[in-house]
Amino acid sequence: MIKGDRMRILLVDDEEELVSTLAERLFFRNIKADWVTSPDDALELAKNNRYDLALLDVKMPKINGFELKKKLTEQHPNMKFIFLTGHGLDKDYPIDISEAEVFNYLAKPCNIDNLIKTITNVLSSNKG
Amino acid sequence: MSKYNIISESGLEFFGLISASVSHDIKNILAIINEKAGLIDDFILMSEKGSPLNPERIKIIIENITKQVQRANGIVNNINKFAHSVDNYVKIVELNEILNLVIKLSSRLIAMRNVNLEIRHTEEMVNIRTSPFFLKNLIWLCLDFALNAAGSSKTIGINAIRLEKTAKIQFNQLDNLTNVSMTFPTEKETALLNILHADLTTDQQAKELLITLPGDINSLV
Repeated sequence: MIKGDRMRILLVDDEEELVSTLAERLFFRNIKADWVTSPDDALELAKNNRYDLALLDVKMPKINGFELKKKLTEQHPNMKFIFLTGHGLDKDYPIDISEAEVFNYLAKPCNIDNLIKTITNVLSSNKG
Repeated sequence: MSKYNIISESGLEFFGLISASVSHDIKNILAIINEKAGLIDDFILMSEKGSPLNPERIKIIIENITKQVQRANGIVNNINKFAHSVDNYVKIVELNEILNLVIKLSSRLIAMRNVNLEIRHTEEMVNIRTSPFFLKNLIWLCLDFALNAAGSSKTIGINAIRLEKTAKIQFNQLDNLTNVSMTFPTEKETALLNILHADLTTDQQAKELLITLPGDINSLV
């Protein structure tokens, strides 16, 4: 992110009311968030836009959040990621997840201050 | 493993799967309500700093929260009906109602598979006396199989038919049936079919799977 720029993030979740409201609340906090409800739309949007970070729902129809992360990373190797999950079941996590990456998970419903803290932490780290 | 152990294990797995899926749905609804409430809070904070509060906007947000509460209520009603499936070992059930409930409870699991489900209701009620929980478990296992057999059209049809002494549940448009039917039915479906006195057949030409249930399970015991 260039200093002074408004942070840009991409929100992907099949619950439209969730991502649209979250985007509006983030905007009030000086974060520009685009939102989509399908992985295909996310890939399309990411083709022509630069995002500092993507917030991905773990469980989505067609492809899950981890598969989407792989595809988005192919397009934008420097993009950072946070995962939103409905529950903390072990099988929701990929086997090869590192300890650092576990901290990039947020359980629904999440507090917006925690979300912003996580976004800041992930963007200031080299991981994610 | 004995037939009863297989059925117990399958039943617990089924209960766990449905509970996890439903809890995921409810978490999503709670997340929406949380954000909507947070948005109202944001507007109030901004109004305290001088931005005018827009009552129309607040009204729309509240209407949406009400919709989400109704959505959650529908889900809780369905899981409650499901939980009561084990109250009676045998009772009279309406097959269309049972199919609807299994499909609603597994809607997220179905959506994950990216398959459209067409439920074809007949006007006639299809009442049978059977074991409600075991039947729901068998329907889910067959539906799970049918989703794998959907083929490229990604659409399957389901319907219930009442015959003279039996009733049938039909899963059709299974374009990929030939490729996936080698290992089906497994010991789980076989044990459930046995306890329900039911039969399962697949017709590769018609691309369909058929469960045949007795009209009254008690008449066979």
